[in-house]
Amino acid sequence: MARLNPDNLAHAEELIALYPHRRSALIPILHVLQEQDGYLSEDGMAHVAELVGLEPVEVRGTASFYDMFHFEPVGRYLVAVCTNIACMLQGAYRLLEHAEETLGVAPGGTTADGMFTLEDAECLALCGNAPCVTVNWRFFGDLDPPEFDKLVEDLRSGRLDGEVPAHGTLSRVRRRHALTAGGSAGSASDQAALPNAIQPESDTPESQGPDLPAPGTHLDLSTRRSTTATAVVDAKHLESPK
Amino acid sequence: MTFGESTRIVTARLHNERSWTISSYLAAGGYQGLRKALTMTPKEIHDQVNTANILGRGGAGFEAGRKWGMLRQAQPVYLTINGDESEPATFKDHALIEGDPHQLIEGAVIAAYVIGAAQVFIFVRGEFPLAIERLQAALNEAYDYGAVGANIFASSFSVDVVVHPGAGAYICGEETALLESLEGKRGYPRIKPPFFPAVMGLYGAPTIVNNVETVSNLPWVVINGGDNFAALGEGRSKGTKLLALAGHVKRPGNYELEWAKVTFRDLIFDPALGGGIRDDNELKAIIPGGVSSPWIGPEHLDVSLSNEAIAGIGSMAGSGSVIPMDHTTCMVRAAWRIVRFFHRESCGQCTPCREGGGWLEKILERIEMGQGRESDLDLLMDVCDNISPGVSWPPAQTTICVLGPSMPPSIASGLARFRDEYLAHIREGRCPFPPDRLPRRLARV
Repeated sequence: MARLNPDNLAHAEELIALYPHRRSALIPILHVLQEQDGYLSEDGMAHVAELVGLEPVEVRGTASFYDMFHFEPVGRYLVAVCTNIACMLQGAYRLLEHAEETLGVAPGGTTADGMFTLEDAECLALCGNAPCVTVNWRFFGDLDPPEFDKLVEDLRSGRLDGEVPAHGTLSRVRRRHALTAGGSAGSASDQAALPNAIQPESDTPESQGPDLPAPGTHLDLSTRRSTTATAVVDAKHLESPK
Repeated sequence: MTFGESTRIVTARLHNERSWTISSYLAAGGYQGLRKALTMTPKEIHDQVNTANILGRGGAGFEAGRKWGMLRQAQPVYLTINGDESEPATFKDHALIEGDPHQLIEGAVIAAYVIGAAQVFIFVRGEFPLAIERLQAALNEAYDYGAVGANIFASSFSVDVVVHPGAGAYICGEETALLESLEGKRGYPRIKPPFFPAVMGLYGAPTIVNNVETVSNLPWVVINGGDNFAALGEGRSKGTKLLALAGHVKRPGNYELEWAKVTFRDLIFDPALGGGIRDDNELKAIIPGGVSSPWIGPEHLDVSLSNEAIAGIGSMAGSGSVIPMDHTTCMVRAAWRIVRFFHRESCGQCTPCREGGGWLEKILERIEMGQGRESDLDLLMDVCDNISPGVSWPPAQTTICVLGPSMPPSIASGLARFRDEYLAHIREGRCPFPPDRLPRRLARV
């Protein structure tokens, strides 16, 4: 596939400007690349390498450490069934088996229509709503097999498009402010005395920058189907008297 | 005792309407802590935090004020917030970031003011996109409001905050691995010494790494004073603790309770809390502080959930995750799943962890599948001993970080308590519990 498109290239440059060293922006930029193509292509990683000043192999070598990055196309929806201890105790393996039957693929597999990739996942931190599933890392808790089937149906029909973007999209909210605090990072003479400290790069923008555009600000970040925000800490759990 | 009377600090606003927005936060008194903090000197706040004796809420339980005091005198200083919550059955920081991101930002800016940080990075686990979106939206609002950025609330203090997404690696919760990842590298824990990022952290500069729940307490401490925080709890365990209750209880969830004032029995059985074991089954074992902790039994129900009390029975409070398991639970299967997790998440730097994890997983798998031999029990302990010499508690280690030594406790404490159950698997040639779809068709690590 492709290199970063102009919009994403601009986004990558914004990300680089947020860190004292370009390389720190590597993982955030790889998320942008994965949002663009749905996975990390060789061409895309080569482009990212140019941006952060690394060799392509260093980019791949870093990216391959992290479970969220894919090097081959995956389905539009990455369905991750948590089978770790809290979910296992609530029947996660039965749910996973059901998911395999519904989708017709084993963990790691993608449906023939390219819609779904199934994963056997580690703890997704929704253990108060076990067993839980994420779709492109958006949460759906307390699922039984019929609810799983309903979820799949809702995804297929596009009823959850507002809540679950296509695979690769991490954050639909973009940072709106360049770094503004400026030179509180200490004087150069302080750092010269420290052999261990790496000098910040000279191209780090330290002065006031223009505010960045505000894509995603229209988003309503409440959720209909995800249960994390409301059920995990339920007021009645905390308040009812003994 | 009425648990509803327990002071709520970090979860006080979580059930407010659209709690993640600045209008909701301000209506509930938000950013008053930061406003007050900026009228104090950093030392005054540091003293309050020392008085409060806030133990780090990430699992290690190190005093936050003492950690700040260890900073090497050099510039720049960085503050990194650890929001890479991945410990199985721990889901408290997740709820705090999604439910009250402004509280986290306010606490982080207060901490940055105390330590004189040049920049703050909030490292959020990549698998939490809703948390990342809400935190980024909140940060945009906070910049507009003047609570972050240049001349905060018209003071002379300026600091930038950056939300940094992870990309899926449990080990990045280990603070030196987190810093490597933040530098754009593989998340390999760093060799110690130096033990503390306060000496050598991000880009080699002195760095403080604080947990989400830890800094979320700071606005309250600044407003109400360290002595009021320290008036809650007992011994070293001051304030409140957010306990993540999962597993076989009727009412799993996060419960913020005055620390050290609640026993396992309260947490699991109180109708306002866990509500008892599901189907009123019998309690078999408890994982008391995250899956790295040795299991305890029903005889420990009256132990208080404090750092000291749990340490006193040979386990740990850890991250505050409690997992009760009922009598229908196969202890071999539970240990297998925990070890499988650690094996999958081993970064691979150290042989005992990388290889030992695979051995342990395979041995447990064959016992569970009815193909074990009695000598496997000794073999399990022998491999454990190679990862953590002596298989004692607290664990010794042959590895760079504590991920490897986190494997033996489930096995050693399970074997000590349920040896007969292990033997039954071997002698009967099958798991005596109702079948679950175990590893047959699972992908190899």
